Amino acid sequence: MDFKLFVFWVFSLVLVGAAVGVITTRNPVQAALFLVLAFFNSAIIWMLMEAEFLAITLVLVYVGAVMVLFLFVVMMLDINTLPAREGFTRYLPVGALVVGAIIVQMVFLIRVRWFSADDYPVPTPRGADYSNTEELGRAMYTDYLFQFEVAAVILLVAIIAAIALTMRRRPETKYQRPAEQINVKKEDRLRVVSMDSES
Amino acid sequence: MGILESLWLLIITVLKILLIIVPLLLTVAYLTYAERKVIGAIQVRKGPNRVGWGGLLQPIADVLKLLTKEVLVPTNSHRFLFLIAPILSLAPAFAAWAVIPFSDTAVLADVNAGLLYVLALTSLGVYGVIIAGWASNSKYAFLGAMRSAAQIVAYEIAMGFALVGVLMVSGSLNLGDIVRAQEGNIFTWFWLPLFPLFIVYFISGVAETNRAPFDVAEGESEIVAGFHVDYSGMAFALFFLAEYANMIMIAALAVIMFLGGWLSPIPFIPDGMGWFFAKTAFMLFFFLWFRATFPRYRYDQIMRLGWKVFIPVTILWLTVEAVAILLEIEPWFALRAA
Repeated sequence: MDFKLFVFWVFSLVLVGAAVGVITTRNPVQAALFLVLAFFNSAIIWMLMEAEFLAITLVLVYVGAVMVLFLFVVMMLDINTLPAREGFTRYLPVGALVVGAIIVQMVFLIRVRWFSADDYPVPTPRGADYSNTEELGRAMYTDYLFQFEVAAVILLVAIIAAIALTMRRRPETKYQRPAEQINVKKEDRLRVVSMDSES
Repeated sequence: MGILESLWLLIITVLKILLIIVPLLLTVAYLTYAERKVIGAIQVRKGPNRVGWGGLLQPIADVLKLLTKEVLVPTNSHRFLFLIAPILSLAPAFAAWAVIPFSDTAVLADVNAGLLYVLALTSLGVYGVIIAGWASNSKYAFLGAMRSAAQIVAYEIAMGFALVGVLMVSGSLNLGDIVRAQEGNIFTWFWLPLFPLFIVYFISGVAETNRAPFDVAEGESEIVAGFHVDYSGMAFALFFLAEYANMIMIAALAVIMFLGGWLSPIPFIPDGMGWFFAKTAFMLFFFLWFRATFPRYRYDQIMRLGWKVFIPVTILWLTVEAVAILLEIEPWFALRAA
């Protein structure tokens, strides 16, 4: 148990450090990499909470796919951070006000006394043969099927909208049509001409 | 558990890890030798034949050469990321071996989400490539990294879908259970009922490891050597090691998922670890064969194959499979019941 606590502290310290790194570093690529580190560490903390499926999915989806695309875009953009920093002191009061408002709202919403340790008993650890993948699947595809499908449709709409917004027809670009290439016949390209030999 | 007991467990586990890693490193070394010999034979030349008997010591000589070379760090590169990138690409390639079942009992960590774990780790390998390409501060390296990122994201989806098909018939995420679900004979192994998925999985695996004909991330003739153009000595060797370890990994996974792992194809010969290694070697041969046979794909052709061919094929076959299981149609439903 003590070892578990030690692991928890190590990874949460790295997690908090990485999260601070995301917002303090000046280089956008480094910020994205810090975010990767933060995701990875939170996955390990989830693992400690016996949520293996969610932990591995976090690594698989967010670290393995989403952040790769993120890095892809961030590396391609030539972001100059200096202009963004220009009016820092001018906008500081407004920013502080917004942050203050958010903190007050959060404190109201998730008050400590509603989430005290007394209200939530320590969950009993499950045996090694307990599979939370199965439990999650059962809950998602039976009890919450409707919500799950709504979420899927919303994502689909988002995909179609993103494609519709960014797709441009560019008639000048040349591209391959593999179907035509495969279906091409000898007669389409080759013409055998019979002619008398000269000399 | 007492301190002594946990210490003992630690020692045993480290020994087991060494028992996997050391043979893996040797396999990587001799896979490079096999590759040069096989490609040599295909191109009607001899391949390495000077160091040791028939060139057998060539990999050792290569390792010694790389060890003694200087590791250069280019000016204006990001020093920390530049040096950590090879480690980032090697670590997942090794860590994934923890859940691979070599036989019915020989597995380091018999976890119930083994397949997910392997998928997650293989998707992490791309960070080594991306970070290397960016940290080198070179245009060729950067182009290689960008190509690799787009390629891996595209093929990972097809690969994941192909494995969903395996899950549907085996009903388990545990790699050992997946093999056990294939018990029977050579025709109940998943390669036959899931044939399109098998093909998609293996080709996606070749693409994931950046091997020819999908090696646009390196593309010697276009962008010199791609993401590792600025690496030398051991730092380069680590990338090399990771690529080959990943190849063996993909081959081993194909064997576990589709070719019945340690199960014996011949009824009167018992199952065992040997079959696993033999099948893995068989799949590895395809990697070498592909490299000697196919010209490199163009970038847009890679994207087309990934998004417009493989993903629709997997989705179609998943539908076929789901309907077959629902209607209790023979091969798929029988596999499910076992």
